[in-house]
Amino acid sequence: MWDLCTRSLDTARLRGASYADVRVMHQRQRDLTTKNGIVGSLTQCESIGLGIRVLAGGAWGFASTDRLTREGVERCAAQAVAIAKASASAKRNDVVMADEQVYIDSWQSPFRKDPFEIPLETQLTLLLAADAEMRRIKGVTLTETDMQFRKTDSWFASSIGSRIHQRKVTSGCGIVATSFKGEEIQKRSYPNSFGGQHALQGYELIESLDLVKHAAIIAEESVALHSAAQCPEKKGTLILGGSQLGLQIHESIGHPIELDRVLGEEANFAGTSFLTLDQVDRLKYASDIVNVVADARLEHGHGLGTFAYDDEGVPAQRTDIIQEGQFRGYLSNRETARLIGLDRSSGTMRTEGWNRLPIIRMTNVSLLPGNWDFDDLIESTDDAILMETNRSWSIDDRRYQFQFSTEIGWEIKGGKKVRMLKNPSYSGITTEFWNSCDAICNAEYWTLWGTPNCGKGQPMQTMGTGHGASPSRFQNIHIGAAFAEQLSDK
Amino acid sequence: MKVSAKTSRHVPRKQPVRDGARVELLPERELRKIIDTVLRLAKLLGVEETEVHVDEVADALTRFANNAIHQNVAEHGLTVSVRTVMEERTARATTNRIDEDSLRAAIESALSLAASQPKDPRLLPMAAKQSYRRVNRFIKQTAAVTPDARAQPVRRACDLAIKNGQVAAGIYSTGQSQTAVGNSRGLSAAYRETHAEFSITMQEKPAASWAKANSADVGNFSPPELAARASEKAHQAVEPRELSHGRYTVILEPAAVLDLVGFLFYDFSATAVQDKRSCLNDRMGKQLFGNNISIYDDAYHPLQLGAPFDGEGMPRQKVQLVDRGIPRSLVYSRSSAKIARKTPTGHGFMLPNEYGEAPMNLVFSGGDSTLEQMIASTDRGLLVTRLWYIREVDPYEKIMTGMTRDGLFLVEKGRVVSAVRNFRFNQSLLEMLSNVEMMGPPVRATGEEAFEMVVPAMKVRNFHFSEVTKF
Repeated sequence: MWDLCTRSLDTARLRGASYADVRVMHQRQRDLTTKNGIVGSLTQCESIGLGIRVLAGGAWGFASTDRLTREGVERCAAQAVAIAKASASAKRNDVVMADEQVYIDSWQSPFRKDPFEIPLETQLTLLLAADAEMRRIKGVTLTETDMQFRKTDSWFASSIGSRIHQRKVTSGCGIVATSFKGEEIQKRSYPNSFGGQHALQGYELIESLDLVKHAAIIAEESVALHSAAQCPEKKGTLILGGSQLGLQIHESIGHPIELDRVLGEEANFAGTSFLTLDQVDRLKYASDIVNVVADARLEHGHGLGTFAYDDEGVPAQRTDIIQEGQFRGYLSNRETARLIGLDRSSGTMRTEGWNRLPIIRMTNVSLLPGNWDFDDLIESTDDAILMETNRSWSIDDRRYQFQFSTEIGWEIKGGKKVRMLKNPSYSGITTEFWNSCDAICNAEYWTLWGTPNCGKGQPMQTMGTGHGASPSRFQNIHIGAAFAEQLSDK
Repeated sequence: MKVSAKTSRHVPRKQPVRDGARVELLPERELRKIIDTVLRLAKLLGVEETEVHVDEVADALTRFANNAIHQNVAEHGLTVSVRTVMEERTARATTNRIDEDSLRAAIESALSLAASQPKDPRLLPMAAKQSYRRVNRFIKQTAAVTPDARAQPVRRACDLAIKNGQVAAGIYSTGQSQTAVGNSRGLSAAYRETHAEFSITMQEKPAASWAKANSADVGNFSPPELAARASEKAHQAVEPRELSHGRYTVILEPAAVLDLVGFLFYDFSATAVQDKRSCLNDRMGKQLFGNNISIYDDAYHPLQLGAPFDGEGMPRQKVQLVDRGIPRSLVYSRSSAKIARKTPTGHGFMLPNEYGEAPMNLVFSGGDSTLEQMIASTDRGLLVTRLWYIREVDPYEKIMTGMTRDGLFLVEKGRVVSAVRNFRFNQSLLEMLSNVEMMGPPVRATGEEAFEMVVPAMKVRNFHFSEVTKF
């Protein structure tokens, strides 16, 4: 692979590139699903190719190919340079990047059990057993399970001399029980909705989640939701479960801190950000107990945003985002770091695959644990609604106003969970919401949740991100807006 | 699997032609050769039934922001996807290596995956040979667009923004793709198309507006006109007023209609109804929308794109989904049709999958009102350019939430009078399509939340905005 990298870099230089970096990537993916006790999809994909990014005439060009021959990669590199020269015809300034060192390295993400070496029968047997447990519950009308595994080798080389090989293995799984009755469809998922939990781990992740044990619980809840009380509309206290808080972090902290958004580079599609450059060290983003980091290092955990180097050859780092409630910094790459006067990229350039340009992406953007025991948090709460497991999510294109709904809610009265609530939702303005946080559970309740489906960029790229969170409490939140009007009409 | 190019026999094929930065797709016969090779290898391995998809794509996209090109990319790739059937078991393996060793490995991988599962007695034999209606959606002019040819209108748009004191961001993309399907029962289908898209956001702080077009033919839209429209609306969008949330009459431009109603059509899948996850459960044949709403799925409509066959190679049929507000028909894959004792409509996804099928070429019958007539007839309402981040809140009542974006305007006494701060909506689609007062002629619309459709602008009463944001 290094020969292909070298050949494409040489071609780019000969054609006039002042800088180039190239990624050869070999990606393998296995997807298994079941539905109502029958195998749904059973697919395996393999893809290998090369993408090269070049600077020529002070502007960027990128081209990719799956023709991994001498001729193929030379053509691809020449195409990238031709594209860069076209870009240069509509540039305002020459691209300049923050300095970075040269690295020669090889790294493999740690895992105990290679999921591609586990017999398929074992994997399917587990899914079908969980599926059967859910179907045991009367009133369940649809059962679904899934597993997904990925193994990616990438060979990165740049014209400054870096040569980095990384192998990453990720695993994920989830189960869903759906119940249709009367005029309602209710659903419960485990361990999370929209594909379950995903991490930079091997098959040991799947085994740790005990799908079969939880299958009957969520199935019963999906049926019970039909007779649960409707979540009221009010201003009140909200307690969020860890996975829902992970998505709240993703949408209302992770995206607005992307420096390409802040600088207007995503204005046409993903949007911009309320975190303009004058907000650093000035904005009180959150209450004093809130500390958020972007951390791609393995020390932070086995998240979907964990790696040794980003796809621009910058080592994984930990960046303070919110420190004791104060906004501290952005996710950057070499180009945007230089644009705002930083010495160095924060190492967040990531690509979906060999045929996509690396762009700024979240790594593991996590809320650090607080001091509360979960039982103490509930006992200390007089009147609140606890919401768990995301059902829908939406936020405006500058990341101010959001609305989330969850699969299930629980009314808390006098320090106790007193009854189940259906169709819970909450909404608010990002900084008002985070400034209302008054309790965060401790490390015992902290999980690094994986979001495998974050879309960004044109052409669209899907990326996995990590979000560490533990259950937390928020005051004076608008609860129940999503259903308020429809209910008043009925 | 280790890839060993040295020891592999290569399927004879031509190299793609590249003229400077331009790529041409392989001739169709080369795709058929790959299919024939897979079918031959599978037969040698004793596979009962084999289906092969070959897909090739050559796309390029020029992206601009802050009045300059900042990203400019091209990709070229070919994938071969193999589905095997042995003893009532099926699975799929996909590769982008087309030497014989890799193709054989893909077949073996599919066989291995399939062998690990229980038998599925409901699994159907593969489809037999079909005949297809021809569509011509490959425009040479589009395939010939170079990076320089994309840069030129982008530069003009950026110049316009600078002249008007604005900031432009957007994309100009062009590309071509082809797909060929064949199976061991003699089915053979092929399709190629071109596609072009221009999208622009003009920002005049703190406001913005947006315009976008998409077609097989790059000559069917004008980037300068789109840039001028977005620039003019961005200027109108400055100094927005904050209004109270509540119910408003709205005039939804086609892109806003598209991105909302796009969430409705997976419910027209027969499999979704069989799974009881569709909003049409217990509602087929009942008056669900206003009697001015009629909707077809029609892959052959002149404003549509896409292959005239589905993921199993079945020819797509024109289906009337909604007739004067009453849902009349679902779409069927071969499998869901067998369960429902219906005829397949050619809307199935590639097997194996758990979702079944969906209509992908939607056409609304629309009306004959212009946007200007809708505005002129409105005493008080809101004109909506575009919607954003739409998600489903309730799957049975089809309550959707999302935001307005890039140009929300107050209409009073038949005139647009000011810009308005963006709203969040929580709106049932069933209710919305019962409250349509006026419609324009259907046009090919493109947005960001749903695939392209042929939809009209709509004037809708009692649209529910629940909260307001800060801009």
